[in-house]
Amino acid sequence: MNEVAIIGVGMTKWGELWEKSLRDISVEAALKCLDDAGVDKVDSITVGTMSGGLFNAQEHLGSLVADYLGQRFVPATRVESACASGGLAVKTACMEVASGLSQYALAVGVEKMTDVDGGDATFALATASDYDYEAFHGITFPGLYALMAVAHMKKYGTSLEQLAQVSVKNHHNGSLNPHAQFPFAVTLDQVMTSTMVADPLRLLHCSPITDGSAAVLLVPLAVAKKMNKPYAVITGIGHASDTIALCQRKDIAKLEVVEVAAQRALKMAGKTIRDIDFAEVHDCFSIAEIMVMEALGVVEPGQGGPATINGLTALDGDFPINPSGGLKSKGHPVGATGVAQVVEAVIQLRGQAGPRQIKNARTALTQNMGGSGASSIIHILEAR
Amino acid sequence: MAMHVARNWRETPERYRMEAAKCKKCAAIHFPARIICPECQGREFATVRLSGKGELATFTIIRVAPTGFGDLIPYAVGIVKMDEGIHVMAQIVDCNPEELKIGNRVVSQFRRINQEGKTGMILYGYKFVPDLGL
Amino acid sequence: MIGIVGYGSHIPRYRIKVEEIAKVWGADAPAYKKGLGLNEKSVPAPDEDCATLAVSASRNALRRANIDAKQIGAVYVGSESHPYAVKPTGTIVSEALGACPFVHTADLEFACKAGTEGMFIALHLVKSGVVQYALAVGADTSQGAPGDALEFSAAAGAAAFIMGSKNLAAELLDTHCYMTDTPDFWRREHAYYPEHGGRFTGKPAYEKHLFSATAGMLEKAKLKPEDISYVIFHQPNGKFPVNAAQKLGFKEPQYKLGLLCPTLGNTYSGSSPMGLAATLDAAEADRLILLVSYGSGAGSDAFIFRTTKKLLEIRDMAPKTRKQLDEHKQYIEYGTYAKFRRKILRAE
Repeated sequence: MNEVAIIGVGMTKWGELWEKSLRDISVEAALKCLDDAGVDKVDSITVGTMSGGLFNAQEHLGSLVADYLGQRFVPATRVESACASGGLAVKTACMEVASGLSQYALAVGVEKMTDVDGGDATFALATASDYDYEAFHGITFPGLYALMAVAHMKKYGTSLEQLAQVSVKNHHNGSLNPHAQFPFAVTLDQVMTSTMVADPLRLLHCSPITDGSAAVLLVPLAVAKKMNKPYAVITGIGHASDTIALCQRKDIAKLEVVEVAAQRALKMAGKTIRDIDFAEVHDCFSIAEIMVMEALGVVEPGQGGPATINGLTALDGDFPINPSGGLKSKGHPVGATGVAQVVEAVIQLRGQAGPRQIKNARTALTQNMGGSGASSIIHILEAR
Repeated sequence: MAMHVARNWRETPERYRMEAAKCKKCAAIHFPARIICPECQGREFATVRLSGKGELATFTIIRVAPTGFGDLIPYAVGIVKMDEGIHVMAQIVDCNPEELKIGNRVVSQFRRINQEGKTGMILYGYKFVPDLGL
Repeated sequence: MIGIVGYGSHIPRYRIKVEEIAKVWGADAPAYKKGLGLNEKSVPAPDEDCATLAVSASRNALRRANIDAKQIGAVYVGSESHPYAVKPTGTIVSEALGACPFVHTADLEFACKAGTEGMFIALHLVKSGVVQYALAVGADTSQGAPGDALEFSAAAGAAAFIMGSKNLAAELLDTHCYMTDTPDFWRREHAYYPEHGGRFTGKPAYEKHLFSATAGMLEKAKLKPEDISYVIFHQPNGKFPVNAAQKLGFKEPQYKLGLLCPTLGNTYSGSSPMGLAATLDAAEADRLILLVSYGSGAGSDAFIFRTTKKLLEIRDMAPKTRKQLDEHKQYIEYGTYAKFRRKILRAE
């Protein structure tokens, strides 16, 4: 297998992008990426989108993006794994390069969620759950994660303050990110008094509805070396699935899918979690970040909350998590998130993150997750 | 108005009677029924009707609801550990959601879950109510 | 011998008091309570309807009957609030019980007597030998127009009876019917609330049919009021059945067990059937029960049953009616009631 490097990254501003369409934002992000790489032509495009059909009445996104990016006849694929569609797009593009099938593989994550009203957006998101046995009964995504929060709080004594601190930290980081949807800080009190959505999760524990796109360009290592500028190498990929329904998991206070994916990624990279300098993780709801950091092995099970309050995962902490602002502050255009995590990782590894720059960032981990933990894709990237 | 007649009709055994599948090889019970047993890869099953009795394993209170559920806000949705040992997700009704506690005994009841618009199909199914031993 | 093998009822948990409703419309609550003999009524939650109540009541009946649902050969659901105008409630109930597919099913409608209508058919179908067991349910979640007198009494509930020819909890002695075409209360198609003839609903309607059916039944069976241990009349309010009892020669101990209306309200097709269920919950063995329903339009079905020792063995196998009525109820105020009963104008 060829080693795979990332030589270009790009993303649009994330938010409610009323004037821009699905094809507008995917092309914008892709062009920024190609310009960043100094590349004109690609030989493969992978689009990660959760549901062009339900949000935009538009499927066949591979062809749509290839067409509007001006890359006619390029083979184009659309991949889906609910909210992990972006990570899956990166993995798929990576496999094309690793197998030798492609030299310049573009991965574009995109979601344009504001083309439908709130009710339809909620319905579209609900299709990431077990529709007939979860969404059918009136549970929402905040509800599914709330059930996990209740179990986690009961099992480990995780507190509401600890949950809220995740949002506070991520908003602080996001306030330093020009692409973030909500580039402003929030206080613990603001989070803890925001509207209750599904007990105990409040509005400010939940990632928003967002339009946005992000893109990365993957090439064989040999091509990257020739370009004479800093690049990142993907040294580990971990991918796992778990039961679609939350109630059929072994332990709902644990994200086993992330444990398995992390073990696979770290094994491939020949690393342990101690070798990782920082991570971009899937904080769709603040409890998710706490559970993910435990599943990754950053802390012992049940210690995610205390570690967050103690600053372990702050920008200047020992293990920064979500320097980009995470899903909470940066936004969560579902299919784009996984690609944007890789964009942030690469920017950090290149030393280009400005006020968000993590010192000595050499090895990154990105963790993308679908549904209530039914899929997870982890990439390990190293600076070269 | 979207109509999903076949999709909903097909769910009658599970939604109306809580019919589950018991693996003939390893006796594991699956709800909903499966074609292949994830435990032992067995492919033969017997139909068993769940008793409807169980214990509340966890729950949340929904305060921002999807379309069609607005009239019930705030309502509890939880995971019930059935006496048969398996877990099922459903609403818990006929109670003040704030007074529910993990561990409460509950029992299933046939209720209206949703409808496909004012002129569409009415979707019935199972919810749970506190088991008051009446 | 034919009769009741199993019976069950179901009452929603919510209640609203007469005072709550009167407050909103500026009505004289004490006068209404006195005039209607009614204090509060049951309210169905937004996720309850005639079908859900019928299923719960029928499941209770199955518990007492102790038979397999597949043995039921006929299912009749009587209501004036069927969930669909066209599509049977009976098949929903049959599927939910597990009686399908070899079952005869029909939906019945005759204002408040659709329940006993089903009971009449079920009993005689078993008698004919065509089926071994037949289920009859009276279930309603009827509406009273806002601000109308009926709003104080229109309630929700269901009672179900499985009829058979062995292991009887109550044997049927005989039945009798009295019908005429009388316009005391009706609802046109597409109308949301029913219309009624005010005081015309008394003497020419309820009294005429109920009294005639009662007199005819007693004569047919060669019995006198004092031979009957328990009497249940249709209960549109707490006054009509009590007045009827007094005029027909029955005393309070006879109608006490079956008089649910004062705290339940009028459950329409469930009304007298639920009174019968409550009576069976507490009646002594080897006693005669007289049940006379009334449905506007108009008509009455009458039945005389004799309780057996078997009744005492089975009645603890499912929730009792009075227990459901008196315990674990949750009171709501008018706003929630109006929301639950879909009386509030909504955007589509």
